[in-house]
Amino acid sequence: MPTGSRLHVPEPPARPGQPPDFSYLQLSPAGALSRPETGASWRELGNLAFGLIRVLDDSHRAVGPWDPHIAPETLRLGLRHMLLTRLFDDRMVRHQRQGKLSFYMKCTGEEAVSVAAGMALESGDMLFPAYRNQGLQVVRGRRLVDLMCQLLSNTGDMCRGRQLPVMYHSAPARLFSISGNLATQLPQAVGWAMAAAIKGEEHIAATWTGEGSSAEADFHYALLFASVYRAPVLINVVNNQWAISTFQGTAGGEQNSFAARGPAYGLPGLRVDGNDFLAVYAATRWAADRARNGGGATVVELVTYRAGAHSTSDDPARYRPRDEPEHWPLGDPIERLKQHLMGIGEWSEARHQELNAELDAQVSAEWKEALTFGTMSEGPRLDRDLMFEDVFKELPEHLRRQRELLRAELAGLP
Amino acid sequence: MAQMNMIQALNSAMDVAMGRDPNVVILGQDVGFFGGVFRCTDGLQRKYGEHRVLDTPIAEGGIIGAALGMGVNGLRPVAEVQFADYVYPAYDQIVSELARLRYRSAGDFHAPVTVRMPCGGGIRGGQTHSQSPEVLFAHVCGLKVAIPSNPYDAKGLLIGAIEDDDPVILLEPKRLYNGPFDGDPNKPAVSWAAHPKGEVPVEHYTVPFGRAEIVRPGTQLTIIAYGTMVHVAAAAAQAMGFDAEIIDVRSIVPLDVDTLCNSVCKTGRCVIAHEATRFAGFGAELAATVMENCFWNLEAPIQRVAGWDTPYPHAFEWEYFPGQTRVSLALKAVMEPV
Repeated sequence: MPTGSRLHVPEPPARPGQPPDFSYLQLSPAGALSRPETGASWRELGNLAFGLIRVLDDSHRAVGPWDPHIAPETLRLGLRHMLLTRLFDDRMVRHQRQGKLSFYMKCTGEEAVSVAAGMALESGDMLFPAYRNQGLQVVRGRRLVDLMCQLLSNTGDMCRGRQLPVMYHSAPARLFSISGNLATQLPQAVGWAMAAAIKGEEHIAATWTGEGSSAEADFHYALLFASVYRAPVLINVVNNQWAISTFQGTAGGEQNSFAARGPAYGLPGLRVDGNDFLAVYAATRWAADRARNGGGATVVELVTYRAGAHSTSDDPARYRPRDEPEHWPLGDPIERLKQHLMGIGEWSEARHQELNAELDAQVSAEWKEALTFGTMSEGPRLDRDLMFEDVFKELPEHLRRQRELLRAELAGLP
Repeated sequence: MAQMNMIQALNSAMDVAMGRDPNVVILGQDVGFFGGVFRCTDGLQRKYGEHRVLDTPIAEGGIIGAALGMGVNGLRPVAEVQFADYVYPAYDQIVSELARLRYRSAGDFHAPVTVRMPCGGGIRGGQTHSQSPEVLFAHVCGLKVAIPSNPYDAKGLLIGAIEDDDPVILLEPKRLYNGPFDGDPNKPAVSWAAHPKGEVPVEHYTVPFGRAEIVRPGTQLTIIAYGTMVHVAAAAAQAMGFDAEIIDVRSIVPLDVDTLCNSVCKTGRCVIAHEATRFAGFGAELAATVMENCFWNLEAPIQRVAGWDTPYPHAFEWEYFPGQTRVSLALKAVMEPV
């Protein structure tokens, strides 16, 4: 037998044609983990970075110390936001298939990650989303028509046609501009939070990245700066198991949890059932309270599953079992919250169908409205002169010249 | 007015800016308690407190990323990268984020960050403490880029940069920190005390971006240079006895095309000099600009003087550096009758 080192290449438990296998997932029973005071030292948090904070048990009852005891109307609002997010996503994928959109990325199966966290934060808190956090846009009251106009790069596009679909932003809603370069928002969110602390403001920042992008240096800069300066910021790692075709082990999840990176930097790490609306809400609130009270940053890993493709340019059947989503052990966030609400007598199948129909009609109506601002092929178009604006605050001479050249070019050959 | 070297002028610029605007903050490695390895932030933490002059971890990407976030939250950060050679871990934050934020958010977000970095050779820095990467920033749309050649411009450009709502990259030729340098390392070092540009107002003023300066008017040829090479080129022209018009570009982006090209159209001859490597260096952009605007006035091919297309070797610093001899050969070539 040869001895010595041997290169280890992490492999997912199942590839296409093999039976799905999630036995690698460390699960804790709902209610099993303790909930320390928000002022506790990261050393006193026991198993929180390695176990799994869960509130909803297998019968959809809220149990244990992390139950945030949210009023039923708040839960119904969360259900509404998640359902709207899903219907919006499904419709936009359909329109992409019809050629109306160049590209789309849905968040199916991960709705609670954004919606519950967004609802647990204050409206003055600054959010630095990744590209699969559309639930934050919904929670912050963005009209779908505004998001759709961005997707269409039309005359109503907040980005003036400059960004790929889904790279939204809103200054008044405190939603930072989404970047196509991954994890760059993390140190930016930390810097924003440092500035808030320098200025003595009470607002905090929160940011999201996938487990795949946590491999970027920016992730490590963010944790380090957050720890060094005790910045009031939540650093969320959405572990949806897949970064396009590479599974979470390729990003370093095989040997340790992503939440465990928090304690390595002297920050609390919370590993949370990302498909459990109540658990995400409770963990976010815990970390936010801690940050607001001078306790600094927390790393929150949200264990979830990317039920759909990475994007409309991706076909997951080429790298994972076709039926893998059905075997995901933590269920579906919308279904679980729905069952919980029904279990406590605050919801019914009939009301759910009614809500579904109402939101579906809303998506249709807003899509119709968005189209009046133009599509990629017809209707009004953005003024081409806008291409040269906002590179700098003032239009410099060389761009003024280039704008003239484009105008001449569009006029055609003499 | 006061006598200042470039370090003192930069320090004065930050002092003035911080005194006028409580949102101006400084961050970087060793910039706080110690005042920076080149002493540019000396005394500022003592004066303005440790919330406004932050010592950071050794993480350039984190420094620029955090500075951007601070800028979005209303501060005006001045980030120091200890050597321009160390900026590459921050390149993504500068290129994809800082330079693009205003554009991609249609003006809804911006981050008025100034990034200072000492550049250039001539200090026995070897390949990791001598680079001149200005073209890597000039090529990125959305950044203003400037390189001062003297204390007066350094202070005025830095105050202007801090007050500018666009991100600015300020490259500081560190060989010029303590005195002008004509390219001859065997001569005793000269201080800024005897130089007119070492006279610096103690109060607020700015040197506008996008404006080159005619350092010396002349009739026979035009030398376009910036940073250390302004001084080297002037010495070479004087030694050769040519009546050269010497232009200090100062502002790489935006570029003062009119001043450069009016001069070349007048003299008909042009030498471009920079310390950075030649191939695809900023001199190529300058040469193309001059050619497009002055072709019918040119009496000779444009000459470029630059560092060789090799890393900056520790043992052969002065063979690498584009000193007076290399400049003089180019002057001679451009002056030869065609």
